[in-house]
Amino acid sequence: MQDIGQALSLAFALVMSGDGDLYEIVALSLRVSLSAMAVACLIGLPVGALVAISRFRGRGLVLVVMNALMGLPPVVVGLLVYLHFSRAGPLGFLGLLYTPTAMIVAQTILIAPIVAALSRQVLEDLNGEYAEQFRSLALSRRHMVGALLWDARYSLMTVALAGFGRAVAEVGAVIIVGGNIDHLTRVMTTAIALETSKGELALALALGIVLLAIALGVNAAVHLLRQTGARLAYV
Amino acid sequence: MLNKMFKAAIAALCLAGPAAAQDSSIIVQSTTSTANSGLYDYLLPIFKDESGITVNVVAVGTGQAIKNARNCDGDVLLVHAKPAEEKFVADGFGTSRTDLMYNDFIIVGPASDPAGVAGMSDAKAALTKIAEAGALFASRGDDSGTHKKERALWKAAGIDTTQGSGEWYRETGSGMGATLNAGIGMGAYVMTDRATWISFANKQDYVIAVEGDTEMFNQYGVIPVNPEKCPSVNVEAAQTFADWLLSADGQAAIAAYKVDDQQLFFPNAPAQ
Repeated sequence: MQDIGQALSLAFALVMSGDGDLYEIVALSLRVSLSAMAVACLIGLPVGALVAISRFRGRGLVLVVMNALMGLPPVVVGLLVYLHFSRAGPLGFLGLLYTPTAMIVAQTILIAPIVAALSRQVLEDLNGEYAEQFRSLALSRRHMVGALLWDARYSLMTVALAGFGRAVAEVGAVIIVGGNIDHLTRVMTTAIALETSKGELALALALGIVLLAIALGVNAAVHLLRQTGARLAYV
Repeated sequence: MLNKMFKAAIAALCLAGPAAAQDSSIIVQSTTSTANSGLYDYLLPIFKDESGITVNVVAVGTGQAIKNARNCDGDVLLVHAKPAEEKFVADGFGTSRTDLMYNDFIIVGPASDPAGVAGMSDAKAALTKIAEAGALFASRGDDSGTHKKERALWKAAGIDTTQGSGEWYRETGSGMGATLNAGIGMGAYVMTDRATWISFANKQDYVIAVEGDTEMFNQYGVIPVNPEKCPSVNVEAAQTFADWLLSADGQAAIAAYKVDDQQLFFPNAPAQ
């Protein structure tokens, strides 16, 4: 147990030392996972909204599949992206393997279903309240989707955060497609895995604490944004 | 609308990451033992100063490293499983294989030494004692160079480990460090390369139990990936890196790398 106390002070010392390598790793973690979150929202929110307002044959099956995809194993996603981006694979000519872009693609595939499935639920509930109004105004689908997405924006922020949380915490996908290359594709989780395999358990734990602090910071920032937005809405 | 979203997604991706494939960088597919021991952290800055070439190391087990290189996802292969390396070259994926450096494998175990093998230098006899005592043994189980060597030793000792799999013979399916962590956690004997062991930080009460058998010699080789099979390789930079490792300068740098005053790798490239 002494490792934990040691890790706490080590985490503090690491952050305070202004260690360039640490900041580089933190910055890449944020860049990759925030990008993945943004792209996943671009894909997942409209899909979630469309499914929320649509009624069609086989909808139940679509919902089950969407929800099941939330449980995609990162290592399987990593392997699939690797097989496509490998030089021997169909997209190998792009030369994207072992780049941050490949990591963003993998994490996007991982979290887009989460954003789609959760936003579908949120928007469907809201649509239940709005449906009558929508009908009386004879709105087009596009306007309905727009109105729902806008009015649910604060709930959807939480959905986006759920996606970000999954992305920034996963190691299975990024270690395969990124390769954990120093100064190129090393992120917080792969650095933690590396230090663990070196037996540097206190350092690994310290990095874990830093990662937690980052997640806390991102969530706090969104919380502030939400509060400010809500306050302004009442002015 | 979907089309627009797709374009936006692609645009976002392109903004997000510059392609890493610049002329002055290569990817080396290598093993966890060389990377975890800190050798590359020591060598690569020296090489970069001399050549201006950035070397990116992907550290995985030898089996996976060879597989990745066969998929053309690397410019140089630096691993430790000679038969598999020679097959890689014979299949046309590598231009040539050269001995680079060596160290040796050791078997580490808890200070309590449940199988009574401490101080032995005969690997086969020690493994036989471990199996007979039913003492826990943690194996890589991942087709890495270390795992290949370990299996060869069990075979030479005439012991069928599949009988004990999941009982006393525990295959972690992980890298060297992860297997050491697991083995130490459960009090099992572990075969590891000496470099990883010396630089490993979570030794607890573990000590070297078996060492010094010539059968446990651990040879590393370097292979530039063949551009005829893999047109994407950075031929010039890959050859420059391999040549430097094998040169007097590179060999001296390998010999100079020490952890706790102990030399981890012994250069043995053929004289140029």
